[in-house]
Amino acid sequence: MSTDVTAEGGHGAVPTGPEVPVEPRPRAVRRDWPLYEVFVRGKRGLNHVHVGSLHAPDDEMAVHAARDLYTRRNEGVSIWVVKAADITASSPDEKDPMFAPSGDKVYRHPTFYEIPENVPHM
Amino acid sequence: MHEETVYDALTNAHDDAGHWAFGTGFDEPLAGVDTTVPDGVDPADLGVYCLMLGDDALVLAQRLTQWMTNAPELEEEVALGNTGLDLLGQARLLLARAGSVGVLGRSRSLATASIPDEDALAYFRDADEFRNTGLVEAENGDFARTMVRLLVASTVRLAVFARLRESRDPVLAAIAAKGVHELAYHRDHAARWVLRLGDGTPESHRRAQDGVAAVWPLMADLFTATDVEARLVAAGVAVDPAAVRDEVREVLTTVLERATLTVPPWPDDVAPRGREGRHGEELTALLATLQGLARQHPAATW
Repeated sequence: MSTDVTAEGGHGAVPTGPEVPVEPRPRAVRRDWPLYEVFVRGKRGLNHVHVGSLHAPDDEMAVHAARDLYTRRNEGVSIWVVKAADITASSPDEKDPMFAPSGDKVYRHPTFYEIPENVPHM
Repeated sequence: MHEETVYDALTNAHDDAGHWAFGTGFDEPLAGVDTTVPDGVDPADLGVYCLMLGDDALVLAQRLTQWMTNAPELEEEVALGNTGLDLLGQARLLLARAGSVGVLGRSRSLATASIPDEDALAYFRDADEFRNTGLVEAENGDFARTMVRLLVASTVRLAVFARLRESRDPVLAAIAAKGVHELAYHRDHAARWVLRLGDGTPESHRRAQDGVAAVWPLMADLFTATDVEARLVAAGVAVDPAAVRDEVREVLTTVLERATLTVPPWPDDVAPRGREGRHGEELTALLATLQGLARQHPAATW
């Protein structure tokens, strides 16, 4: 089986669909604890951003673990966790039809505007 | 900008350093706080009281540290480590306060001059000079027992610190105000685990119930004030341990019942033991690990 089929985006988010080859799981690494993806929102009013993954016995403990693992240095004011299994991801095999068509459409980019200096995060 | 955003932008958000009780510097833990001893308070009493609260934190931090590389899951290991570090921070401030009012015991003569007071107190006192309770020095046992002990210890400490925010000693009040948020999290974390273990599998229930049986008797000497505490309570500086008993009992009963665990009979109050420096072999062994490096290589840094 080819090893270049990996999930994009979240570390644990796996591409789904019948055309996606499913790698055999090597072994049950952590008994029954499901994998969660963690999203943290910082103080500056930005969006929640994916910061990593963790295993937890349930949703509440996942939030606790996320707090302990990913906000130890005052990074966040809000945490989302979601089971990795509940994430539907785009497939690497579909990469070209999904993303290539937007590559040459420069008119979709705001490159013909001047962005004022005091407008951050554009 | 995605990856950069979280750990660049977020970690730079330290502009409001006001929430750090003592600033973010690492050299002078009590910098910026009025350290004047309030009128009518014996500095020696105040220092010993700081040792009581500080040693509880130091010893429990060391117990939690023992889970490092041994915890059942990596995520929980980090959680226990964080809790230990919170407590270590509290211990540092409290021992520094004890040192600032001149309570150093034999430690100062053993430690070299370059070692700060709080380190001298942590590393160069023997077990009989420690003022922690037996609750925190007892062995961890299994994970369930560790969580039951953490639940009891953080419930008691949170109840004390909540009241200590009104202390006439400005340093104790500031330490307590900082600590209540940490302790509320510790208590919540432990309570969640006790609920899951108690109301989990037959095996986890059995272990949690065994943990309760092991930890419950350790509460016997928690709610009797020492003479030092009694004098400081009268002076408006300390919290009377007897005053938190009902609150502790209510919290623990609620958690255990929800966890489908049997609440044992409340232990009868006995005279203070650990607070008076009377400890078991468990503390001696713990201190051997805690202090070994510092005593062999004073002022070692890494």
